[in-house]
Amino acid sequence: MSRVVITGMGIYSVLGTNLGEVNKSLHEGKSGIIFDPVRKEMGFRSALTGMVNRPVLKGILDRRMRIGMAPQGEYAYMATVEALKGAGIDQPYLDRHEIGILYGNDSSAVPVVESVDILRAKKDTMMIGSGYIFQSMNSTVSMNLSVIFRLRGINFTIAGACASGSHAIGMGYLLIKQGLQEMIICGGAQEINPESTASFDALNAFSTREWDPSTASRPFDRDRDGLVPSGGAATVILESYDSALKRGATILGEVMGYGFSSNGEHISLPNVEGPRRAMQMALKDSGMDAGEIDYINAHATSTQVGDSNEAQAIDDVFGRTKPLVSSTKSMTGHEMWMGGASEVIYSVLMMQDSFIAPNINFDNPDEFSAKLNIVRTTTPAEINAFLSNSFGFGGTNSALVIRKIID
Amino acid sequence: MNLLMQNEEIINKINQLLIEEIEIDEDQIRNEADLKDDLGIDSLDFVDLFVIIENHFGFKMKAEEMTDIKTLQDFYEYIIRRVTPN
Repeated sequence: MSRVVITGMGIYSVLGTNLGEVNKSLHEGKSGIIFDPVRKEMGFRSALTGMVNRPVLKGILDRRMRIGMAPQGEYAYMATVEALKGAGIDQPYLDRHEIGILYGNDSSAVPVVESVDILRAKKDTMMIGSGYIFQSMNSTVSMNLSVIFRLRGINFTIAGACASGSHAIGMGYLLIKQGLQEMIICGGAQEINPESTASFDALNAFSTREWDPSTASRPFDRDRDGLVPSGGAATVILESYDSALKRGATILGEVMGYGFSSNGEHISLPNVEGPRRAMQMALKDSGMDAGEIDYINAHATSTQVGDSNEAQAIDDVFGRTKPLVSSTKSMTGHEMWMGGASEVIYSVLMMQDSFIAPNINFDNPDEFSAKLNIVRTTTPAEINAFLSNSFGFGGTNSALVIRKIID
Repeated sequence: MNLLMQNEEIINKINQLLIEEIEIDEDQIRNEADLKDDLGIDSLDFVDLFVIIENHFGFKMKAEEMTDIKTLQDFYEYIIRRVTPN
């Protein structure tokens, strides 16, 4: 079995469009949530959202590479360029090795809407053009990046709702651990637009604290009233320990364990048991004790039921050791398909800089969150190992345990 | 407007669209340039050319009509033929 390490990270998020900016925002406890008047005009119950600017790729990528990429693919490209650079991987290296890609993504709504709008208006499929098909498939990110970076290893997309990015890292870890791949570009991408979130808004799941966007996402707080959708992309370069040593790469962390489970119950309501099993499985896989986990990056999205159930599950597994807990979604909003990957990056940044980014807006605990050691303000802390939770619709759960490298 | 002038305008328009929309290098625009081998226009680009032609010249190309169009000169002549009244 190979040990699996992280040798590169890249991020394009509402907290910043590179690692340095994001690290600064995490230290400052800065919110990336805004009020989007377009959504209000369209009839959204909540116009709150995270927001990023589209990168300008003209002059960087040729036309064919650009026109098949939806905006979340562009975010993922930017994150992947940063991650590869950090890992010391250039195009000749990618050309000489069988590098894979496993990216989390679970929608691409705008190209579907726009191409059908054209068809309805023109009544001729030939007027749709050649780009929309490659933008509109769920695998849009992995298919585009694999072509741009000329990847020749494993190549597909993980669609696991709001745990997609975490499962992508987990599956990459398993493949490398088994010796089937030496290096995989893993990550998660999330589109930001009204088209993709309208039907989610319809579930009354979003916070309506529109008068003060930065306080709307308040995971674990007693007065939370829903999540805030967000997005961007996050890339993690996973590599076998031997390969990293051979290359002389800087090792940012070791993936010690991956746990997964399915609730087998309700389509949207989470439970306690499924997440608990995922965390226990990740711990067991890591060979570590609960007491060795210094920090938990919670999935907590700021919904009533989700946060309560996760708090109970964390308390069940970590009640005796009480690690520090925060949900960075308090700042980012819910990055959905991307969140599992971005939150690993946020947590590795904390591990590197020895601090815990705050769970902002945590003013009052409820019955369940009161049992956890939730960090309200930026706190200096030595993190040797952390666990990152991600859960999604359909009751899919993922937990990752990551540790500082020990030779 | 005489026919010659009109043809020149059409050719200039085609060149402009190839440069701006398909991002062909201006230096590569020559009458004898092979659309595929010299300009690198592939089957996917042709799909986009259909859209561009309808939007700018107001007629729909058919895929089978492209089989006889090899060079830029062929392409100019085809467009001119389609937009010039009999």
